[in-house]
Amino acid sequence: MTTRFVERNSVDRGGTSADSETNTTLSVHDLKVHFPISSGFLIRRQTGAVKAVDGVSFDVAPGETLGLVGESGSGKTTTGRAILQLQRPTSGSVQFRGVELTAVSAKQMRPFRSEMQIIFQDPYGSLNPRMSAGRIVGEPLTVHGLGGDKNQRRDRVAELLERVGMNPAMMGRYPHEFSGGQRQRIGIARALAGEPSFIVCDEPVSALDVSIQAQILNLLTDLQSEFNISYLFIAHDLSVVRHISDRVAVMYLGKIMELASSEDLYENPTHPYTRALMSAVPIPDPILERRRERIVLAGDIPSPINPPSGCVFRTRCPIATEECAEVVPELIDRGNRHQVACIKV
Amino acid sequence: MPCPPPADVRNAISSPRTGHRGNLLTPDSPTAKAGSTHLLEVRNLATRFATADGYVQAVDGVSFHIDEGEILGLVGESGCGKSVTSLSVMRLIPNPPGEITDGQVLFEGTDLRQISEQDMRRVRGGSIGMIFQEPMTSLNPVLTIGRQITEAFEVHLDLKGRAARDRAVEILNRVGLPDPSKKFDDYPHQLSGGQRQRAMIAMAISCNPRLLIADEATTALDVTIQAQILELLQSLCDEFKMALLIITHNLGVVARYAQRVAVMYAGKIIESGTADEIYATPQHPYTTGLLSSVPRLDASARDRLESIEGEIPDLANLPAGCAFEPRCRWAVDRCGIQSPDQVPVRPSQGRLAEGTAHQVACWESENIATGTALGKQPS
Repeated sequence: MTTRFVERNSVDRGGTSADSETNTTLSVHDLKVHFPISSGFLIRRQTGAVKAVDGVSFDVAPGETLGLVGESGSGKTTTGRAILQLQRPTSGSVQFRGVELTAVSAKQMRPFRSEMQIIFQDPYGSLNPRMSAGRIVGEPLTVHGLGGDKNQRRDRVAELLERVGMNPAMMGRYPHEFSGGQRQRIGIARALAGEPSFIVCDEPVSALDVSIQAQILNLLTDLQSEFNISYLFIAHDLSVVRHISDRVAVMYLGKIMELASSEDLYENPTHPYTRALMSAVPIPDPILERRRERIVLAGDIPSPINPPSGCVFRTRCPIATEECAEVVPELIDRGNRHQVACIKV
Repeated sequence: MPCPPPADVRNAISSPRTGHRGNLLTPDSPTAKAGSTHLLEVRNLATRFATADGYVQAVDGVSFHIDEGEILGLVGESGCGKSVTSLSVMRLIPNPPGEITDGQVLFEGTDLRQISEQDMRRVRGGSIGMIFQEPMTSLNPVLTIGRQITEAFEVHLDLKGRAARDRAVEILNRVGLPDPSKKFDDYPHQLSGGQRQRAMIAMAISCNPRLLIADEATTALDVTIQAQILELLQSLCDEFKMALLIITHNLGVVARYAQRVAVMYAGKIIESGTADEIYATPQHPYTTGLLSSVPRLDASARDRLESIEGEIPDLANLPAGCAFEPRCRWAVDRCGIQSPDQVPVRPSQGRLAEGTAHQVACWESENIATGTALGKQPS
C-alpha cells in the first residue's frame, strides 16, 4: 500500500518521458471489441460483427484525465468496459501499470479490481436498492480485505462518505431515500473505497441537474488532486469534457478521430467531425452565439454493423471526396501531441 | 443535510399555499388592456396535485406571453414546474390528481380554460402543436408514421386518402426525413431517435400551428441531431411566423435560439427578460448561480465551477418565504418570511436598455447589483 502511494506521487505529471513503463498508468493499443452477429436456424454461424470499438489507442498518465467524447453508439462505454476487462476485448492490448490485462485470468484480475474502479451514469440503477449506503460503500473493503475489523471498516466508510460531502449519519439509509446527486456521491465513495489509481467515469453527471452537476464535477476534481487518481472521463457533453479533461479523444463509430490536449482541441479543432461537434454545442451567451459559425451535419451516425469503407465519417463529412472511401485514415501526430485521423486536413 | 420536518409542520407550511391567491396584478407588461395583444398570454397560472402528504403546488402564479414568430425559452431544473406549465396550457393535466386552480390562458384572445373540451381538442394539434422529450413513448408503436400524421388531417382539416398522404409525405420531406414516401409506411421502431423526433415534429406542425411547444424535445438526442432539430424549428418560425416555446434545462440551447427567457424555480418564474439581458446581467441569485455552474465550451479548462449549494427543494415541503432562500448566500431575514413577486429591474441594477421588460423576483436583487447586499451572516 505504502509503496503504491510513493510510486504514484513520485511520478512527474504530464512529463514527456519516453519510458512508458513508469510514466503511464494505462496504455491502450489497437483495442478492438467486436460483437458477433449469428444467423441461421439449427446451424448458427457468425455472419457479421458489430464493430463497437475498432482499433483504439491512447495512454493515460498518473493523475491525468483523458476525456472520451462522442455521440451515442460511438463506442465510448464499450472502450471503458474493455479496459476494465468487464468486456473482454476481441484483440489489442490494455496495459495497466505495465501489466497486460488482456492476458490475465478473471482470478488474477481481482487485485486490479480495487485499483481500477468505475462510476456509472445512472445513479438509480447502479446502487443495490436492498443495501444501505454504508454497506454499499463498505462492500469493496470486505471484498478486497482492505478495511480491517468491523469497527475500522465502519470508521473508514464514515470517512469516505464525509469525503464525498455526505453526512456519515446517513449510513443506514437506503438508496431510494437519497436524491440523484447524493446517490452519485455514494457511487463515488464506493469507487474510492478500493483506493483506486484509475477510475472510469462513465457519464457521471449526465443524469444530474445543472446545479448538481457542478457539485459533482468539483468533487471529482478535488479527489483527483488529493489522491492523484487518473480518470477516463466518458461523456457526450463536450463542455463538461473540456472542463474536466487534460486531454480529449473524440470518438466516432468505434474509432478515434482526434486526440489532443483539452486546450489545443478547443483552440484548434482539426478534424471535420470535431469541428461539427463543437459547433453543435451551444454556449450560454446569446451575443456570442449570434457570431458563431454553425455547422449542421446531415443524417445520423451509420450502423456499426456495416460501417462505411475508408473513413467512417465520410458519409456525413462536408469535405469528403472519393479518396475518403478508399483510404482508412491513420491517427497521425501533427505535432504537440495533437493527433488527427483525416487525409483532407 | 437537514432532516425533513414532521408531517404536521409540512402541512402547516403547505396548506396556506393550496388556496392560491394574491399576486393578481401580473407584473408581465400590458395586462391592463382588455383581452390580450399577444398570441399566447398566460396570467397567474396555478396548478396543484393532490398527494398523500397534501397538495403540491407545482405551478404557483406563473405569467408569461409569446408573440407571433417569437421564440421563448422557459428554463429550469427538474421539478421546477416547466412541464406542468406547458401541460396546463394544453389542458393535459390528469385530473385527478392534478388541477388547475387559478389563472387565465389567453390564446389569440380566448381563455383556453373556459372553452369546452370539444373546442380544446381542436386547439390541440390544430393551432397549438406540442412535441415531447421521448419520441418513442409519444408515438403510437402500432400505427405507421403516416397514419399518425394523417389522423391529425382528418380531425383538423377534413383531409383524407390520397390527398392526406401526399401532404403528409410533403411535411415529412419538409422536416428532413430521408426517403419520406417510404418512411410514411414505417413504424416508429424502424426509425432512429432523431428520425422519430422529426416524425413527431411533422405531426405537430402538420396543421400549421400558430404556436409550437417543445418540451425538452431535444434532450434525449445527440448534440449533432439536436442542432439539426433546433435549426429546423427555427426555420419554421421564420417561415410561417410560428411561435415557439422551448422548455429546457439547457441554458446553451436557450441562448442560441430564444429571444426572450423566463427562468423557473419551484413553480414560479423568478426572472424574465430578453435573452441578452438574462445572460449579460442576471439579477436573481439563482440565475447567476445557474449560469456560473455550467461548464462552458469557451471557458478555459479546470476553472473551478461555482456550484449552487444544497439540493433542489421538494415541492411538497417548500420554505415559507422565497423558495431559493435555503440555498441563497444573499438571503436576509425577510427572504425566509415573505415570497417576492417579480418587479421590473431598475436602471441602477445594470439594466441593458431602457423600457425593456427585464423582471426579477428577489428582495435583495438591487442590493446585490449595487454591491450593498449583506448576505447570509455566518452562523
